Amino acid sequence: MRYDTVIIGAGMSGLSAGVRLAYFEKSVCILERHTTIGGLNSFYRLRKRNYDVGLHAVTNYAEPGTKQGPLSKLLRQLRMKWEDFDLRPQLRSSIVFPDCALHFTNQFNFFVEQISAAFPQQIDGFRRLVARIAEHDALDLERSTLSARQVVSEYIRDPLLLDMIFCPLMFYGSATPHDMDFNQFVIMFKSIFHEGFGRPFDGIRLILKRLVKHFKALGGHLKLHAGVQEIRQTNGVATSVLLEDGTEIEADNVLSSAGAAETMRMVDPNAPLLKAEPGDISFVESISVLDCEPASLGHRDTIVFYSDSKNFHYERPNVPVDLRSGIVCSPNNFDYSQPLEDGRIRITALADPHYWLNLPEEEYVAAKDYWNSQIIQSALRHLPDFRPHVIDTDVFTPRTIRRFTGHVNGCVYGAPQKFVNGQTSVRNLYLCGTDQGFLGIVGAMLSGITIANRYLLK
Amino acid sequence: MTSDQIRQVILEILERIAPDEDLTDLDDVRPFREQMELDSMDFLDIVMELRKMYRIQIPEEDYSNLNTMAGTVSYLLPRLKDVAVGA
Repeated sequence: MRYDTVIIGAGMSGLSAGVRLAYFEKSVCILERHTTIGGLNSFYRLRKRNYDVGLHAVTNYAEPGTKQGPLSKLLRQLRMKWEDFDLRPQLRSSIVFPDCALHFTNQFNFFVEQISAAFPQQIDGFRRLVARIAEHDALDLERSTLSARQVVSEYIRDPLLLDMIFCPLMFYGSATPHDMDFNQFVIMFKSIFHEGFGRPFDGIRLILKRLVKHFKALGGHLKLHAGVQEIRQTNGVATSVLLEDGTEIEADNVLSSAGAAETMRMVDPNAPLLKAEPGDISFVESISVLDCEPASLGHRDTIVFYSDSKNFHYERPNVPVDLRSGIVCSPNNFDYSQPLEDGRIRITALADPHYWLNLPEEEYVAAKDYWNSQIIQSALRHLPDFRPHVIDTDVFTPRTIRRFTGHVNGCVYGAPQKFVNGQTSVRNLYLCGTDQGFLGIVGAMLSGITIANRYLLK
Repeated sequence: MTSDQIRQVILEILERIAPDEDLTDLDDVRPFREQMELDSMDFLDIVMELRKMYRIQIPEEDYSNLNTMAGTVSYLLPRLKDVAVGA
């Protein structure tokens, strides 16, 4: 069969692009290498419990019925309902640095008050920064890159506040160490501080399953366990994709969410037509299942971003796990109408992908155990000792991420260089997802939609 | 289709694109964008929904005719006069 568009990857961006194309009667097939959907934001079952692969929270929260903002735009574009995502708002999150803590909720004014109280000298600059952010069009696909640290330090003079603002934004979306592109900063700032966090009661599987159901009902095809080995092209025009099992599928267009470098390797493994370096920012995450709600131990924050030094170091560490900073997330601490089945504490820290990817198989399990206890130990400065209540544990590493996403270094946020307009050197081959550059779950979905609208619905 | 039928079709499209909007008091001569949150992505969807439903191609230079309900109806009337509702 010949398709109008073949999409590589059944993650958030690929599925969303697929829904758009199928809705407007394009023939479309999504190919997923893995045996399950979701990509970076997948889900699994282990010892009779449900887990999300990476989800802490969905950013860009908006109350149901809101008419503006990315989430509303996304639902409209997908012809889906607020109930399909079932997002419940966070309770409260914190940024904790030495001698200073800032809290934030989904009400932006609360964050402004926090900054005003803790950094009275900086509040005017912060308000001007907010105004600058408000007038920046982050969805403009033809803009150039700009150092966010440079721009933001024009408004924020206190280096501690600067790092405290950057910490959650980098942790939740920066593919580059130390600094990020100002456009990415704006997207992250709005999605985390202005709009905030939410989570479906059933986790990410709810959104993914609704997307797939919608896609299939519109006539879209989805093939799992269908890794693309090669994107075939003639004179700079893609003609078909060759699957690992030898099947060839013809298409007028190819949309890939596999990553820029990863995609260009499918075009030509020897001579990349496009300079695309894979990123190397990755994480280890410790997931503890508790016999009680974290709130019953006194931990009520939804997410805590911490750094034990005033300078926040966001980079690939030269040790297996960077214990100096991290994120504590409790999926229980959202405003649900009933409690989750069990208590959960997820702790995430920067990790060295080279160490984790090259570790011999026989040492891998022991290394996971060792670093799991180290991560928990270091995070205990920011939450009550929950260890006596742990009834199960799982750990993911850059190795796990590579398995789910196919990203070369198990990088979470993709390549440092983004391809915002989605184009490649192959005329009808387009990129969406992490390497296109809209971030977060809502961002990933908007990425698929935007590229589909721009090139594939003509 | 008659003017009234076309108006009804446009209302249904708007409800699909913007389900959170209340369209009961829509003023036919005021621009859509003054009365509801409609960005360029949503606007293109009106054009694409019409293409999907009635196979009608609307060239980009004609988009300015679609800013209001009255404008849209009068633009579409000659183009849809031989088309049955729900075709």
